Parts: sequence; structure tokens; C-alpha cells
Amino acid sequence: MTTQEFFEALQRAHVEGSARISAAATPLELTDVRNALIGRKNGSLSQLMRELPSLPEADRREAGARANSARVAIEEELETRKVSLDADTPPQPTLDLSMPGRQSWRGAKHPVTLIIEEIEGIFRDIGFTIALGPEAELEWYNFGALNFPADHPAMDMHDTLYLGKEVLLRTHTSPVQVRTLQSYPPPIRILAPGNVYRRDFFDASHAPMFSQIEGLAVDEGVSFVDLKATLSYFANRLFGKTKTRFRPSYFPFTEPSAEMDVECQLCSGRGCSGCKGTGWMEILGSGMVHPAVLQSAGVDAERYTGWAFGMGPGRMAMLRYGIPNIRLLYDSDVRFLEQFAR
Amino acid sequence: MNASHDWLNAFVQTSMTPAALRDLITARCATVDDMVSLRADLSEIVIGYVVEASRHPNSDHLWVTRVDAGTGELLDVVCGAANVTAGKRYPFAPAGATLPGGLKLEKRKIRGSLSNGMLCSARELGLGDDHEGILELNTEAAPGTPFTSAMGVGDTRYVIDVQPNRPDLLSHLGIAREISAASQQPMRWPDLPDVSHSFATAPSVAASALRAGSVEVRLEDAAGAPRYMGVVIRGVSIGSSPAWLTARLESVGARSINNVVDATNYLLHELGQPMHAFDVAKLEGSAVIVRRASADERLRTLDGVDRILNPQMTVIADAERAQGIAGVMGGSESEVTDATKDIFLEVATFDPASVRRTRRALGLSTDASYRFERGTDIELPSAALARAVSLILAVAGGEVDGAPVDLYPAPRARAKAVLRVSRVAQLLGEPIPAAEIERLVTSVGFKCAKHEGDSSFDVEIPSWRGDVRAEVDLIEEIARLRGFDSFSEELRPFRSGSVPASPLDTVLKRVREALVMKGLLEARPMPFVSGAERGFVRVANPIAENEAYLRRELLDTLSRRAEHNLSQMQRNIRLFEIGSVFDPGDADLPREEMHVAALILGDRRPAHWTEPPSPAFDEWDAKALGEEITRAVAPGSRSAFRPGEGDVLWTIEIDGARRGEVRKVSLDAPLWAAQAFGAEVSVERLTAEPVAAAGTARYKSVAVSQSPASHEIRYQVLPTTPSSSFDIAVLVPNDMRAEQVEEAIRRSAGTLLEKLTLLSEYRGDSITQGMRSIAWHLVFRHPERTLESREISSRRERLLRTLEGELGVRQRTA
Ligand SMILES: [Zn+2]
Repeated sequence: MTTQEFFEALQRAHVEGSARISAAATPLELTDVRNALIGRKNGSLSQLMRELPSLPEADRREAGARANSARVAIEEELETRKVSLDADTPPQPTLDLSMPGRQSWRGAKHPVTLIIEEIEGIFRDIGFTIALGPEAELEWYNFGALNFPADHPAMDMHDTLYLGKEVLLRTHTSPVQVRTLQSYPPPIRILAPGNVYRRDFFDASHAPMFSQIEGLAVDEGVSFVDLKATLSYFANRLFGKTKTRFRPSYFPFTEPSAEMDVECQLCSGRGCSGCKGTGWMEILGSGMVHPAVLQSAGVDAERYTGWAFGMGPGRMAMLRYGIPNIRLLYDSDVRFLEQFAR
Repeated sequence: MNASHDWLNAFVQTSMTPAALRDLITARCATVDDMVSLRADLSEIVIGYVVEASRHPNSDHLWVTRVDAGTGELLDVVCGAANVTAGKRYPFAPAGATLPGGLKLEKRKIRGSLSNGMLCSARELGLGDDHEGILELNTEAAPGTPFTSAMGVGDTRYVIDVQPNRPDLLSHLGIAREISAASQQPMRWPDLPDVSHSFATAPSVAASALRAGSVEVRLEDAAGAPRYMGVVIRGVSIGSSPAWLTARLESVGARSINNVVDATNYLLHELGQPMHAFDVAKLEGSAVIVRRASADERLRTLDGVDRILNPQMTVIADAERAQGIAGVMGGSESEVTDATKDIFLEVATFDPASVRRTRRALGLSTDASYRFERGTDIELPSAALARAVSLILAVAGGEVDGAPVDLYPAPRARAKAVLRVSRVAQLLGEPIPAAEIERLVTSVGFKCAKHEGDSSFDVEIPSWRGDVRAEVDLIEEIARLRGFDSFSEELRPFRSGSVPASPLDTVLKRVREALVMKGLLEARPMPFVSGAERGFVRVANPIAENEAYLRRELLDTLSRRAEHNLSQMQRNIRLFEIGSVFDPGDADLPREEMHVAALILGDRRPAHWTEPPSPAFDEWDAKALGEEITRAVAPGSRSAFRPGEGDVLWTIEIDGARRGEVRKVSLDAPLWAAQAFGAEVSVERLTAEPVAAAGTARYKSVAVSQSPASHEIRYQVLPTTPSSSFDIAVLVPNDMRAEQVEEAIRRSAGTLLEKLTLLSEYRGDSITQGMRSIAWHLVFRHPERTLESREISSRRERLLRTLEGELGVRQRTA
């Protein structure tokens, strides 16, 4: 063995030794490791020490000193590990394996978020991307660009919280339609989730702020058939196989306007008090984008057509999870929120 | 809008059941929210089928029958009616049912025979006076079928959700028109029972003033009242209404008042034309003047409230003062009372926007204002007035005084629109033949004239359809009348959109996942806070004065949520929120920013039987949470946590800009609550600046070759050589930051230092006052060879020398 080989072997023995020491899980194992390293007979370090006399005279002193300090270091490490193992090891060797495991806190997304993500997932599959917009919005984007008539009862459904002259808290996510159409050329396929505000007082099913999710598709050749087909596809993904029904409705920014129902989730369409005997449950409002809205956003309304829809994830969360009062969605009671941990 | 099944049937005879008619109205016209059986007192009566009937053993006028009532077994029923016959159906009230009038039936023995209910006569069901025998039913309905639905007994009320663009549906006439179109059954105006008078005198037409008999009628505000008709009827006898009229009103939930008022109400519900009757004796100067109110003019309305009017409001006045608010409510002074002899009947068209402003200003909504502000049919008053006169003469007597007046200064022509067959197909996605288009739109009163040479129509819009203005409105009519369900649901190919996924949304989702993984619960509270005048955005018309401002930071609303949890005795609270905050900014637009925040208090982890109770969350948990949020918000960016002041523990900088903080949070908390900590980071500004001017666009260039983000993960080659390590413990003065020592360590240790971990901080008796001992663990590795222990020990010595030399920090000795 050359001196160089000796030094390398010594280094290797030290490094390996340290690793084995920290890997030892019980005092018994540690004793084995001790014998394997510095045991008088077979310890790897002890064997190396026996090689010392075979080294060149000039190197022996240096080699001896190094070997010795490695041994001292190993012994220290053994001692430290022994102390910590003694502390770690439970006194009784038999475990009652029926005892509960160690938990950590479980986090959860808000139920409204769960619904939004589910909806987003379905629409992402058919080429929609997410777009966001401000909650403090200009009146023009919220009403004017969306073809709302002034001094008209249509405004009664949008009792508005104003922040200033021509600035308000958006009453729906539809302003994102206009902002998007002004920012990107057709084809457009977007989904816009967000909070919206109405000057509504709290009751079991109304709140002054709630979430909404909006969808918009604009391109050449987009039609009412696409609206029906896409939204029915969506309903069947979200609720499982279900019939859908489209009813005439009115939104200033769509024409024709239609509300979509699915079979009542409570009675599977047979009719119950929840659906007032109709067997249907309203899910969303939709319609073909009004040409005036396209024109507001500088889109050629003769060439391009589009459809849009909006729905309330809060109401759907209440339905899906059996939440009886909308207030629970806002209270942020940890006992409520923890129920949505997965 | 309430509508009655029977009333609609008087317009259009259909054989539909109430449920079928409800579904038809919903599918083609407007959603029926509710359907109310007006004979709910018959709800427990079912169809009973008499299987056997035999003489009662102990009585010569009673029968013992066996009745099938759909329960699956035959019931013994004792019956006293001579006409009971086996093989026939009768209304059956089972034991336990309550009869109209409140009698609750019980199982009982009649002369020794058990009776499980009762076969009923017409009188017992409140269906007439006939009690000669039980009511024999001419039906094949299955035994057990509810009596009312099987026999169509009792009217049904539909509660219809009429959208604000369809005032024409606020009447039985309007709904019937749609039913007629959808069922392809003819429609006619219902006969008025007991009405024999037919109104013959044509109205006299003028622009501004005329006499209706003895009353002078003057229209001064034609903007507020584009059309004003009136007629005087003398010698009416005010009294109660006939039963049929009361029943009609009750069927839509209206209350009977007196025959004249009921007649006008009847026409409101029948035709959608509000009317008002004034007592002529109370009209000063026998004049009716339609004018603007003067400033501070006062009027006591029919509901007994004194109203203060203003010149924006249109009133109906006599020579002296206002006697009614146009289109909203009449005045109490000229109200029709039992003493009224002569009436002036007003049938007018008021301006929708003007009625709406007045109604809002007064906070006074009525059946009349509801219809006027949505828009009534300007062509309707002449027919409605004629019908009203007939009805009033029939139910209250009297005679018409002179010809009615019709002040209609600017008669309106019907609007027109062009409809292209090709545009119908483009929008609806299915070609619809021109003939079908024509049939559909004419079925509800549009008139079509086909263009020569091209496939388009000139369409005349009926006066009651103010909502239809342009081609697209007609296309909606076509889709609706054809039935939305007639269109295919074929998923057709689509082009992918040009809008890139929102980068902000991507960040927010990443943050949310990270915090949920950390065991936090997502809150979505409202942004309203008590705030203060300065520094907060105020809601101009807040819902509650004590929460009139918008939050500046999420920790504000999260704190309120934490307090709510404490009030529910919850001591372990871990909430986070992703949401907007608002600052007044310096321009007209508030400055809105998307923030992320987390608030923690209570146990660091759930209790486990192997361990002592968990320690509470402390500032170090909060700091780690801040780091977690920062990493998720700006991965790969340089971030720094600078010690803060007061409750602010650290301010967070990302790429040199201040973006958030970690801090102690003060709560209104009970004594047992732990200290709360919070972290909040700003993600991005949300601008409400216009994208482009109205009617224009400014397209963003979509970056095609974005360079990979700096945070993109790159694989590092795994080490092939062993590492070496040692610990050092040094005495650091209290006023020196550990960060400073670490910097010096890194500098001195050189590039082979792989990892530096702070192991412990110790203060105690063995340590000099004003000092603490901090220990670090250092790991070194050479990428190509094994480090020799000599190299390690020399590094250690050099390091200790550097620390002492540069910082005066010495190794801790035992
Ligand atoms: Zn149901």
C-alpha cells in the first residue's frame, strides 16, 4: 500500500463510517457499526492502522497522526449518536398499532373555488382560457358597452354600488367580455371568473357580493346551435348525464337570450318542492352576443357572431354540497371550511 | 305577473292541463315560477272507484261500498246517497282528509259497519248547492288521482316571471297571444258576462284640449303623456261587484274594492292597460289637466300618504290642484267612494322613463307604474276604454256623458325592420325557410312583406312590442317561437381562441395550491370594512354605514373572520384569501390590486398522543408562510425579508420593490386566544383604464417566443463525491444580525460551501450578558474529488479567524 492509497482508504473509511453512524436506528445497530469501524479485530479503521508499519518511514508519523484523529472523530460521532438514540428510543418495544397516526393540519379550497375550478376544467378541455378583470369598474364597461338602456327597468336587476362618478363595483363579470374583445381579435374563447356586487341585503340566498363565472365565444360562423351544444356538453360533464332545457329570457347584452335548466338534482326531474314541481333547475343565463356589444368593442358584427353565458358558482356550491344558507360561504368558519379538505 | 288558467282559457281554448300549459308558457314565452291550485282545500280529495255497493245490513237508507282509492286495497266505505252505483267514479275523501269547511274525517263505525272515508256530494266540496246525491264523475282517471287535476276543478294561478323587456306579457291578453301562437289555436277576446252594452260613440280626437261631456280635458305635458283618453260616466251606483268579477280578481290575487274600481282592475289584468276613475264631483272646475307638478306641490295619494312633488313629475290635476300622479297612483281626494255618482275614467299612455323616475323618487310602486315604466301599448287605449265603459255600465249602471276624448298629439307609426333569411341562419345555426319565418313572426302580430328579388322581409312591428327594434330582435322571436328545443345540439368544430391564459390567474392558482398544501383554509369574505375617511375607497351608496369602505388589505377582513371564529370558540385558525384590495389612488379611478394573505393563530400542528401539546404558531411560522407566498407569487425572483418596526416583523421585497409584509395581528380576542400572525403580498395591479375608445379595439400583440421564465427549473447534476461538514458555534452580540454573520461565513468559506444551516440560538447563564451563542452547520463538497480532512480543518480555522477579524465574533468555548 502506498502512502497515497493509505490516505485515500483512510478518508473513505471515515466518510463511510460517518454515514453508517447516522444511519444506525437503534443502540443495537450502533454497537454493530462500532465493531465494524473500530472493533479491535475486524474494524475497518483498526485494520488500516495495522498497515502503518508497512508505509515508508518518512510518511509514518503523518499517517499515524491522521489515522488517530480519524479514530477520535469516529468515536465522538459514535458517542453523539448513542446519546441521541437513547433519547429517541421509546422505552417499550411493543407498539399498539391501533393507535392513531400523526396528523398535520389539512388545508382546503373554498367550496366556491372548488366549483369554479371544476367549471374551468371542463371549459379548458374545449379550448377556453381564463381572463380576469377589475372589480372596481367603469360604468361604461358594466352597462353602456353592454347595451343597457338608460332609465329602464332592466337596471333594477343591477342595483349598483357606486364608488364615484362613472365608477362602480361591477354588477357582473360581463365587462370582461368587452375588455377582452377590445384587447384580442377573434376567435375568442374565454372564461372569466370573479366577484361581483349588487346592492342586495343579506338573506338566505342573497349577498351583496357573490362570485360569477362568464364565458364568451366569438368567431365567424358561431351560432345558437354552438351555444346549445356547448352548454349542454358542459351540463353533462358537470352534473353527469342530464337533460337540459333552454327557456326564453332577457339580458340586454344578448339576443336571443336563454336560460338553461338541468333536471332537478333533488328529485331527478320528477318534480319536488325544491323545483316547485317543474322537475327543472336553473343553472345559467346565456345568449347570442348582441351586435351592439360587438360594435362597442370594435368588432365587425356582420362578420362575427358569438355567444356568452354566466352563472353563479356560489349557488351551485350550495346545491352541490347541500349548504342551506349563503352566509356560510362568507363567514369563513374553520369548521365549515375544513369540511372541504381533501 | 299572476295569470289565471281559466281566464287564459277564455282567450284561447286549449285542452291542456295546467302543468302542460305551464311548460308551454315557460318554453316559448316567459318562465312560470310557480303554479298555485286555487282549490287547495280539495287537495286531499281523490278519485274513488266503487267496486261493490250493497245495502247496509242495519239500515234501509245506507249503503256499504268497497272503494278503490288507489291505495292498493279496497276500502269499506258507508254511503248514504241513493245514487251510489258500483262501477262508477266519485270524489272520495279518505279518512284523515279535511273537507272544505274544515271537517276532518276519521275512521268510524256507522251502525256497526266501519267506514274509511266518504264519497262526496258537490256541496260538500264547495262546488255548488247540489246535495241530492254524491257527485258522479265522468272520467277514466285512475283511482287515487287527485280530484282537482283529474277533473280540472278549481282555477290555477300561474306566477310568471315576466322580463322587463316584455311588458306586453303583463296581461292575460299578452300571454294568450303567445299561447295562441304556440298552440296554433285561435284567440278571441273573452265575453264579459252580464255585459250587454256596446259602446258606440267614436272618441273625438284632438291634440291638446277637448270636452268629455261636462269635463274639460287638457293635455299640457304631452312628453309625460303621449296619449290621454277619458270619458265621463254619470249616475253610477257604487256597490259590490258580481261574483264572477270578484272571482276573476281573486284568481290573480287582487282584492275586490267596489264595482267601478274592480272593473278598472279587471281590465288592467286582462289587457295590461292601467286605468283610473276620478269622482267628477271632486274635480274643481270640472277640469282634468295633465301637467307637470309645480315645485313642492303636495298630494295625498290613495294610500293616505302625503307626497311632495316636483316639476319632473307629471300629474293629473283639476283646475286647482293635483288629483293624481300620472301612471303611479291617484289622489285620495278624488277617489271613487260609495257617494260617487259621476266618474271620469282615464285611459292613457304615460312615458315609461318619466313614470320610472317618479316612481323611484317617491318610492311608490303600483301595478300601474309597473306596467307604465315598462311601456304600454299606445294603440290599446281606444279599445280598452270601450271595453271598460261596457263593463262599468254593466256592473255599476250609469250612462256615458258625451263622446270620450282622445288627446294624441303625435300619433306613432308602427316601427319597421328588415329581416334577412340568411342572417337568421347565420345567427341561429340552422337554415329556416322563408315561409316558416313568415308564419312564426306573423303568429304574434308582426306583419311581413317579402322583398322582390332577394330573400328578406320588411317587417312591421306591432305597437305592443316596443322591445323589438332591429333585425336581431326578430331573430330572437323566430328562435323563441320555433322553440329553443327545436335547434340541434351538435358540437361543431371550433377554432382555438387568440387570448392567452391569464398569467395572473396562473400565479393565483399556484399560490392557492401552495397554501392549501400548507394546511390553510381558503376564505372568501366580503371586502367591506369600517375604514376611515382618508386612505380608503368609499362606497357612495353603501349597504351599511358601518361598513361603507373597501379594504386596503386582506388582513383587515381576514382579521374580522378570525374574530368570528374566536367568537365560535375556535382557537386554531389558519385562513388565507386571494382577493382585491382598493386604494383611492390619485386619479378618478380607485387603484385596485390583487393580494394574497394568510392569518394564523393557535396550535402549530394537531395534538398527537406521542407528544406534549403543540406549541403555538409564532413569528417564525409566519415568516415561513410569507416566504411560501413570496415563492409562489414570484418564483425565481430575488426576495428579501427586511426587519420591520412595531407590529410589522418583516417587510417583503421582491426584486427590490416592497410587495408585502409579515406581522403580528391584533385582534379583538378573548384572553385564551393565541397571538395571531399574518402575511400579505401584493400580486398585481388590476387596472380599470379603458382598453380603447368606445367602438374601437386595441389588440395586444401576443408574444409568440417568450423566453423561458427565470423560475423555470433546471436539473443540477447529482454529486458523485462525498461531502464533508462541521459545526461552529460563535458568540454573537445581541445587536448584530445573524444575517451579517452568515454573509461573512459565506465569503470566507468559498465556493465549495454547499449548504449553510442555522442550527440553534442559545442564551443563558453561561453566555456573556448581551450575547448569544449561534451555531451553524456547514457542508462542503468538491465536485470532482474527495476533500481531505486537512482542507476542511483549515477552512474551519480560516473561517473563525475571519469572523473574529471582521465582526469581532469568537467561537463559543465550553
Ligand atoms: Zn325537484
